[in-house]
Amino acid sequence: MSWIAMTTGFILILIGLYGALTNRNILRIIVSFTIANTGVNLIIVAVGYMAARTAPILDEAVPIAEAVDRIIDPLPQALVLTAIVIGVGVTALMLTYAFKLYEVKGTLDISKCKELKW
Amino acid sequence: MIRKFFVLVLLLGLMVIFANLLFGYVMDKELNASAHYYAEHTANDLGAANIVTAIIVTYRGLDTLGEVTVLFLTASIIGLVLARSKKQKVAVLPRKSPSPGELLVTGSYLLVPLILLLGAYVFINGHLTPGGGFQGGAIIASASLLLLLTDPLRHFSHRLISRVESISGLFFVGLGVLGIFLAGGFLDNRLLPVGTFGSIFSAGIIPIVYSFIGLKVGAEFTSMLINLAETEKKEEQSK
Repeated sequence: MSWIAMTTGFILILIGLYGALTNRNILRIIVSFTIANTGVNLIIVAVGYMAARTAPILDEAVPIAEAVDRIIDPLPQALVLTAIVIGVGVTALMLTYAFKLYEVKGTLDISKCKELKW
Repeated sequence: MIRKFFVLVLLLGLMVIFANLLFGYVMDKELNASAHYYAEHTANDLGAANIVTAIIVTYRGLDTLGEVTVLFLTASIIGLVLARSKKQKVAVLPRKSPSPGELLVTGSYLLVPLILLLGAYVFINGHLTPGGGFQGGAIIASASLLLLLTDPLRHFSHRLISRVESISGLFFVGLGVLGIFLAGGFLDNRLLPVGTFGSIFSAGIIPIVYSFIGLKVGAEFTSMLINLAETEKKEEQSK
């Protein structure tokens, strides 16, 4: 099962990068980055998966004594939780800067912003 | 045209690397050393049923503190970037927004308290069930998003939000520092007795710390949403 998630993740990263590199509209670039971000998260979670095991939550179904043989790696999940929250923050910042850019330039097309171009 | 070509070459290269990674991947049969340690010791040492929560709040609590700080910085930078000097405010009465409709208004009055309750449930039970402070905080922020959708011109109290945020941040760090003196180290959860495994008052200070994280994350997301929404409002006013 995990190779499906992993393949999807890699494809999402490629789609996101393609969108970020070919689009000129800054909002589309932001959406592309979000897609690539989702792909990375998907891959990290898929790496933590192990066949015939369950989520790392101990209850009646997974007694403490059997935990070592029954649960998957909890660490990638904790890292992805962090990554998702930081992703939200980064997306919000990008949107704010896009708004500011629109306010100053009156356009969302980055090919019209030439101050730093040489 | 030449740009597109370079982009395609780059993506093709990446695709080769990804394919190598994908076909060379072998699924683990056993937990690795750190995961083995977490699986073996979490329940007995920390008393948390949800191992992911134990890792986030206790084993790697410092990372979480950093993460919450990053979120706080993001929220403040958004506030800073979107803030405008008072001179620019043009004294025009705000345009009356179209009525959102009966369904949305009544539905939001029904749903907002329930969403807040679900958010609180998710972060209080973070050590027992899937969920926790970040997820609960996001759920709480979605309640404020619903309120903004019903009435885009609604005024939220910035003071209340920043108070909630700073007080919960202060308690989070304070509890962590208390752990240095009264327990094993910074953010050690055994400040309070570990309690019976699986009950709500267990796992030491994990539920308390995660509740503060939930409140803080909820307040931060809400302030981001409100800042973005109020920018629109000012825009309308100055037109």
